[in-house]
Amino acid sequence: MPDKQVAKEQSMILQKNMLARLFKELSTAKGTGKKVVYTFVPGNLSELILAFDMLPVYPEINALQSGMRKKSRDFIRDAEKAGHSEDVCTYVKCDIGMMLNGNIGPTGEKLPDPDLLLLSYTGCFTFMKWFENLERLYPGVQVAMLHTPYQEGGKITPEMVQYMVKQLKEEVIPKMEKVSGKKFDQTKLAEILENSRKSQDLITQIFDSTKNKPSPIDAYFAGVYYIGPINVGFRGTVEAVEYYQELYNEVQNRVEKGLGPVTPEGEIEEERFRLVVEGPPNWTHFREFWSLFYNMGAVIVASSYTKVGGVYDWGFRHNPQKPLESLAEYCMNCYTNLNLTQRIDLLEKCIKDYQADGFLINSIKSCNSFSAGQLFMMRILEDKLGIPVGFIESDLVDPRYFSYSNIKNRLDSFFQMLDQRKIIQKQQEIAT
Amino acid sequence: MKKYYLGVDLGSTTSKAVIINEQDEIIGRGITNTRANYEVAAEIARLESIYNARFSLLKRKIEQEKDFESLYKKYIEYIEDAFQYLQFKTRLDMLHVQLQKTAKQAFAGEIQKKITDYIDTIVKNISPLIRQEFLDGDLGAKSQFFRDIVSEKYHEEVAEFDKDYFEPLMVTFDKSITPVENELVKHNFKELVHQAMGLLNEKYADMPDSTPGNKSFHFDAELNLLKGNYKKVSESLREHIDQIAELDIHISNMTGTGYGRALLPFPEDCIKSEILCHAFGAHALFPNTRTVLDIGGQDTKAIQVDKYGLVTSFHMNDRCAAGCGRYLGYIADELSISLNELGPLALEAQKEVNICSTCTVFAGAELRELLNLGEKREDILAGLHKAIVMRALSLLARSGGVHNEFTFTGGVARNQAALKYLTEMIRQNYGNDLTINMHPDSIFMGSLGAAMFARRNIEVDLPQA
Repeated sequence: MPDKQVAKEQSMILQKNMLARLFKELSTAKGTGKKVVYTFVPGNLSELILAFDMLPVYPEINALQSGMRKKSRDFIRDAEKAGHSEDVCTYVKCDIGMMLNGNIGPTGEKLPDPDLLLLSYTGCFTFMKWFENLERLYPGVQVAMLHTPYQEGGKITPEMVQYMVKQLKEEVIPKMEKVSGKKFDQTKLAEILENSRKSQDLITQIFDSTKNKPSPIDAYFAGVYYIGPINVGFRGTVEAVEYYQELYNEVQNRVEKGLGPVTPEGEIEEERFRLVVEGPPNWTHFREFWSLFYNMGAVIVASSYTKVGGVYDWGFRHNPQKPLESLAEYCMNCYTNLNLTQRIDLLEKCIKDYQADGFLINSIKSCNSFSAGQLFMMRILEDKLGIPVGFIESDLVDPRYFSYSNIKNRLDSFFQMLDQRKIIQKQQEIAT
Repeated sequence: MKKYYLGVDLGSTTSKAVIINEQDEIIGRGITNTRANYEVAAEIARLESIYNARFSLLKRKIEQEKDFESLYKKYIEYIEDAFQYLQFKTRLDMLHVQLQKTAKQAFAGEIQKKITDYIDTIVKNISPLIRQEFLDGDLGAKSQFFRDIVSEKYHEEVAEFDKDYFEPLMVTFDKSITPVENELVKHNFKELVHQAMGLLNEKYADMPDSTPGNKSFHFDAELNLLKGNYKKVSESLREHIDQIAELDIHISNMTGTGYGRALLPFPEDCIKSEILCHAFGAHALFPNTRTVLDIGGQDTKAIQVDKYGLVTSFHMNDRCAAGCGRYLGYIADELSISLNELGPLALEAQKEVNICSTCTVFAGAELRELLNLGEKREDILAGLHKAIVMRALSLLARSGGVHNEFTFTGGVARNQAALKYLTEMIRQNYGNDLTINMHPDSIFMGSLGAAMFARRNIEVDLPQA
């Protein structure tokens, strides 16, 4: 997923090769007989898919890639022509539009049809409707559904874990055995989970590097590249561990040299603002969107979006000793499955740990599961921490909802607001 | 030398300029609705604010001298009206030339002759009317903008002519008004102010010694004071006026804000976001302000500020301009009345008709539908004003609610009906104890804030809480 122009560090080359291999395998899957599982990023059961030696396809990732490659507008148009209304999640429409246009993936190779639709996260109701639509597009495809209970009470109870483990044992694993033609191998799964744990340790340390001043990385705009391998099916592979080790070394190297983040236009020379961002980025104008920040010397020191594929901040790791239980806990711990108080707590921790100057929300027009409650969260954080807050709106992959001038206008005000706050703080420091 | 600071707010509908002194007091205001070219608009507003500053400095000077009576202040206002008329007249003459030029380019033969004759007649007819309105202070609540005043009069005249010439006359006007409006005219203040005094002398010389019973003058009281006195007054003021005219109003620093700010030929650190400027301006006039609502031409801003007048959070309308000034402008066009008449008309309502549409364009259709159903114009207007306020309230809620004190700014704040409904609904939702502020200078709030940032040289010396 890395962009060639961003910078050519070793980790990026590694990631590029990993993805190229995956898409190659996918394009030849029908010949090699490998089975293909379509599934979603939040609460993904990558390790289980790997244990059955199957290949994953992530429709959301394809949609965001289409957005970045400027193809989403036409895909969305075609999905709308096929009867999907303007208000429907634009990932869904982009994905359906891509399928209607031959299902050509981001590398230009055709994606294989699914052998299994694995719905492992249900906190986003749209996911369910999405696969319902895909089931119609691929008649006869196998479907497995794992119901993930919402953390409404703010914690995972043993009953919730048992409920999910039961489903894994009785519904998901038998379905995967049937589709793959292979027997479930718990030892193999445990080995894979051990790799997951290693990757998770490393990525947590990488994102924790923003404690440094200047921060060596941008945890949002570059962060979305860093989460690539862990989110698209490589979590649990040796390759992923190698990738994150390499990335970790690179980041450490930047810390030692006191360097700031790398952007498409080179290094940020002066870190002027440190921000925590809530909400996914816009993909259709990703570069322009990013430039609005780096041109102002604004660095994102933490973002909730990079936690959609797993929240590791509070210590969760996959556990080879308790494989199914930890898969269950992982699913329930994904960011959009946290209740609002938990999300606020997590953001508060980020703001404090990474010494942010401001908190910004990018609210996504077509994603209710992310956007609902965001203003409430913003108010609480503002009141509790006295941190300056900002709110902008855009969309995931529908270019019609990205207004550069509107966003720039708001960000200009936001950054000037932060500047003023710094002046006042300085004056107060002098006074005392 | 005294120092002055300029703030320019290039809004979506109007451009404003404010000059302040070292005490943050407004001493000059300028406003224009020219918007084809932001650089020209800024310059027009700036020049106007400097002219206006000279008049207000003159008034201050007079106030300090005990020998002068209060009527002198009134007299200075009359001079300023006459001064504005002369500026207007210059532009009207330019428009006359431009209309003729356009007509000659667009038409030929008999029709050209007819149109050019009509144009001469129109200008001949409307000139004295406009002169009278300015000199008698009759413009009142009406728009002071050149385009609005001229087009209203022009339309009235055209309606009197042969219907066959309606279309060509309107086309000629539409093609001529913009270039004239966008042309920068620089006046010599001293010359023009002397001319203005001459005009007033003429006016008072013509004034009867007693007011006829059947005729009402807007300045009866002043007339009595001035009658027979005007010569003495004007002579004794001349020296002061000349001094002020020659005064170097030195602008030490300036700041630009508003949508067009990026286009201003100012250095980068002299450009500020309009959110910050509106908040800072509102807070300067009402230092206890914690929430600001600004309803401008194309956007509505809900801003929360701290004790320093600095913004802590804000919310703006995205994607849709319903609920902004332009919405009212559109409705005024639909009803063929002037924007300034909307509020007063809505205040005459017996009830508020429920307006469902959240879209400006659809609201136009809904308006016609409701008229067809027999609803009264003022009742529909009341409903429309209420609808705008409801949108503003939603924005306020999203920005964090309303905190004491609440200050209402922007062009729409001058609309009495909008103010009425806003006050009602704010009280309903946030309590009766809340202080609601509205200043006559509400439209200048952004430029005031900008001027204040200019005085503080943007970074140093922020206000004391």
